[in-house]
Amino acid sequence: MELKSNIPSGPIADKWDNHRFDMKLVNPANKRKYEVIIVGTGLAGASAAATMGELGYNVKVFTFHDSPRRAHSIAAQGGINAAKNYQNDGDSVFRLFYDTIKGGDFRSREANVYRLAQISLNIIDQAVAQGVPFAREYGGLLANRSFGGAQVSRTFYARGQTGQQLLLGSYQALERQIQAGTVQISTRQEMMDVIMVDGVARGIVTRDLVSGKLQSHTADAVVLATGGYSNVFFLSTNAKHCNVTAAWRAHRRGAGFANPCYTQIHPTCIPPSGDYQSKLTLMSESLRNDGRIWVPKDAGDSRPARDIPESERDYYLERIYPSFGNLSPRDIASRRAKEMVDAGHGIGEMKNGVFLDFKDAIARLGQDQISERYGNLFAMYEKITGESPYKQPMRIYPAPHYTMGGLWVDYDLMTTVPGLFAIGEANFSDHGANRLGASALMQGLADGYFVIPLTIGNYLARVSHDSVSDDHAAVRDTEREVTERLDRLMSVNGNRTVDSFHIELGRLMWNACGMERSEAGLRDAIARIPELREEFWRDVRVPGSAADLNQSLEKAGRVADFMEFAEVMCHDALARDESCGAHYRVEHVTDDGEAKRDDENFSHASVWEFQGVGNEPRLHKEELEFENVQLSTRSYK
Amino acid sequence: MRRVATLYRTTVGKKVLMAVSGLILFGFVFTHMLGNLKMLLPPEGGHFAMDVYAEFLREIGYPLVPHQTLLWVARLGLLGAVFIHILSAVQLSQASRAARPQGYAKEESLSLSYASRTMRWGGVILLLFIVYHILHFTTGQAHSSFVAGAVHQNYVAAFQSPLVYLVYLVAQTALCFHLYHGVWSFFQTLGLSHPKYNHLRRPFAVGFALVTFVGFLTPPTLVLAGVIS
Amino acid sequence: MQLTLHVWRQDSPGKAGRHEKYEARDVSEHMSFLEMLDVVNERLTEEGKEPIAFEHDCREGICGTCGMMINGVPHGPKSMTTACQLHMRSFKDGDEIWIEPWRATAFPVLKDLVVDRSGFDRIIQSGGYISVRTGSAPDGNAIPIRKEDADAAFDAATCIGCGACVAACPNASAMLFTAAKVTHLAKMPQGQTERWDRVLGMVETHDAEGFGNCTNHGACQEACPKGISIDYIAQLNRDLIKATLSAKPEESGKDA
Repeated sequence: MELKSNIPSGPIADKWDNHRFDMKLVNPANKRKYEVIIVGTGLAGASAAATMGELGYNVKVFTFHDSPRRAHSIAAQGGINAAKNYQNDGDSVFRLFYDTIKGGDFRSREANVYRLAQISLNIIDQAVAQGVPFAREYGGLLANRSFGGAQVSRTFYARGQTGQQLLLGSYQALERQIQAGTVQISTRQEMMDVIMVDGVARGIVTRDLVSGKLQSHTADAVVLATGGYSNVFFLSTNAKHCNVTAAWRAHRRGAGFANPCYTQIHPTCIPPSGDYQSKLTLMSESLRNDGRIWVPKDAGDSRPARDIPESERDYYLERIYPSFGNLSPRDIASRRAKEMVDAGHGIGEMKNGVFLDFKDAIARLGQDQISERYGNLFAMYEKITGESPYKQPMRIYPAPHYTMGGLWVDYDLMTTVPGLFAIGEANFSDHGANRLGASALMQGLADGYFVIPLTIGNYLARVSHDSVSDDHAAVRDTEREVTERLDRLMSVNGNRTVDSFHIELGRLMWNACGMERSEAGLRDAIARIPELREEFWRDVRVPGSAADLNQSLEKAGRVADFMEFAEVMCHDALARDESCGAHYRVEHVTDDGEAKRDDENFSHASVWEFQGVGNEPRLHKEELEFENVQLSTRSYK
Repeated sequence: MRRVATLYRTTVGKKVLMAVSGLILFGFVFTHMLGNLKMLLPPEGGHFAMDVYAEFLREIGYPLVPHQTLLWVARLGLLGAVFIHILSAVQLSQASRAARPQGYAKEESLSLSYASRTMRWGGVILLLFIVYHILHFTTGQAHSSFVAGAVHQNYVAAFQSPLVYLVYLVAQTALCFHLYHGVWSFFQTLGLSHPKYNHLRRPFAVGFALVTFVGFLTPPTLVLAGVIS
Repeated sequence: MQLTLHVWRQDSPGKAGRHEKYEARDVSEHMSFLEMLDVVNERLTEEGKEPIAFEHDCREGICGTCGMMINGVPHGPKSMTTACQLHMRSFKDGDEIWIEPWRATAFPVLKDLVVDRSGFDRIIQSGGYISVRTGSAPDGNAIPIRKEDADAAFDAATCIGCGACVAACPNASAMLFTAAKVTHLAKMPQGQTERWDRVLGMVETHDAEGFGNCTNHGACQEACPKGISIDYIAQLNRDLIKATLSAKPEESGKDA
């Protein structure tokens, strides 16, 4: 496996311009002769499909949802960053670039991040023109807020539903192209594998989730926009169907998987209420602006919050970080909460959370003011827990939220497999070891609207290959392998449900490779995952038939892939013998208890090559060079 | 014309016809109610106000046009409106049935008003009532002591019977519900909507329906009570 | 608590279905409705039976994937709440719960509680967008929009496309869904150019998909988990009438 990042030459501000000029173009009249497959219809997939359709490519897009509008981008709450500097507060493309690199703890590729910051300007324009109803000021101009600790107000938002509104914009653009006939959509089709012909990605095999039929689709290029893998933990803020299957299948076919251990944990989610818990719900981080986080000083104190006197409360963030207090960064707030709960200070029936208390804020600002700011969130919290945050403190706990790792891609967003591209959360490109708030939407749309539609032309214009017929040996072999795997899942007929395995895997991963990782824990997990996987294939029960709508079978296929993926995640966390961003190794801590980077040895992206199930994957490194920013250590004390 | 055809082809277009024909019928009903209030006036110069008014309606337009010409024009117009109203109702009901051939085993109505759910049956009751009403007061076959032209006398004779009163009470109740949902729907269907005034649409519809109800039933009630003879 | 469920089971599209009775035992009031079904499904699987097929994804009330009739009400008894956000504390021990799929010709049942809502996508395809080529947009602040209009557009745009409006409507009409998109785009200056063609195209597709007509019951508004108002249907009606009856609707594009 060779890692050629293909970063264009020249000063960082000119790289993207230079590259666009150097690219080979596809003759407009020829574009329709090129078929492009896009898997996934979230922000990245839908915007890529719409734009490529517009350009004249023959686009086939696939989603396993009933409609492209269901993709999980829809759930993003906070906003989208752009270096518009509409507030005249000193923002610039370079500042957004710098903040993103620094936020990623100096583990991302400068050239990509700079391009992202440049394109951020166009995204807002595009979305506004599509009718995305961003928040506005009374003068009619776009409103901004500061988000995730940024020093400038560069976040555009649509109440707490920015992801929804942006996705509907892309979805509508996509539906327009479907009507125009440039894009063909297949809904309720799950990608099962990539078809490789002579080392090049030439298509995919899909399963029709209603009829169970397998179908092969061939094309000149394949784009994966299939999201992240937080659900390896079973409990996360991701939608239930989010999975690693498409990326993992690509990985098995030769695509390098980069930095799988970079997973972001969000500090303010509602803790589980029982064993039946199916997912976790995020409460916006903005709550920490007015809420105070505390736990009882006495471990095991199970009195209701109101009966615990001030003197017996530990406002631990304020105590440990006097200057940042409750607004400490996501990873710090998360880890401290875990420490408190692990030490027996957890609150609630299951002792699995910490309090986020608005009592003082209500006393200071009045209930009306608090309701004005957080009314929606309080109502949502009450809907889920039955408790009113006006009367008693919220219970919160960290939960997996976003995955920075993903398929390794070069500057053109192509994986190590020629003809196979990855965009959005599915790739590893822009966030390094930690993603800043309001940057995920930005990256998905940058990739989809403005990068891939150009770079894919650069690929297509350079390759010349014959079309692949449906009875090509590679097509039939891939289909056969998929069938065999499904048959195997159906025929185990064991005693345990798919979910029971997923929950067990999730627990194992959360303990070993969640918020904190240790060498011993990771080694133990690397030993236990294969056992669990073996048990899965021996004892899983998938009822029903493969020739039918079968949700158990869908889940089983995804969990089977998580079982393989989990191992490389642990290998990555083990190999990265430093702490950086969201990756926190207990062995590498500063005296203040902060993540301690090792720039000398780990200033690289770790890219893993598949060596067969159960075999240790092979590590490749893309060294990261920083020419425009100074590596520094953060401090929040 | 092509555009009108396009509009008609849509379900919204059929509703527009329903609303416009409904408006005509509502206009008639409301005027009719105002006319009936003449029953409350005492006789003047040996003539009942109601009879004078009826004569006026029959002769309106004369001598420019022959006797009863405009009356018949109006009658035909109303007949046309009734036809369009019913035709749209039938077409829309069929479309609804086709849109949900299988109902729910357990159903809870979320409709905003009882009136909206009873539009179809209410409409059928009103149609039957109109036929009876014409036979009763216009042609006289359903009247025990009908005298052509003696409207006041026919009216009083009819409502001295509690049974007849009851029939009219039921019909007026149906009309009241029908008007309430109809008037409100009229605004909604023709898009007469504005955030500032939308909250007034329902009270307005209730008001009109109630005024009509009270207006129509006051004279018969007084007859039954013996105040008018 | 212990509950008795009557769940619609149907093997495949077009096949006859039936209600089947299941006991849900040891239900915690903190469970979401879908988690209660998860637990029932785990037990069915362990007993070697096929679990109940139902759709869901985000489980936080925004993706619009979940949806079922719960005791005759779309998404169940709590207003402004999707099935995934409905919690079992809305029920009490011993309750009988009827669970059925959305019923409409335009939403054929695929299996158990899963229906095909692709008609919604086709309505959007016939005009529910603003045609803007990627890269050709003017600066975001080049189009000032009154805050009130932006807020109104947002309110209409919060529709999650779940189909509860169709399920609740006695006529199985999708007018609320269609009107929400028509209004969202009609409230903004960007949406004016295509305003009249949009409403015509979307209403024609709405009818062609087999959705019924709106008779102003308002049940959709009551069922809508996002509180979308039937005032938007009036807006749609007005725009449609204007688009077909006014002499040159394309010239009155600025009219609001």
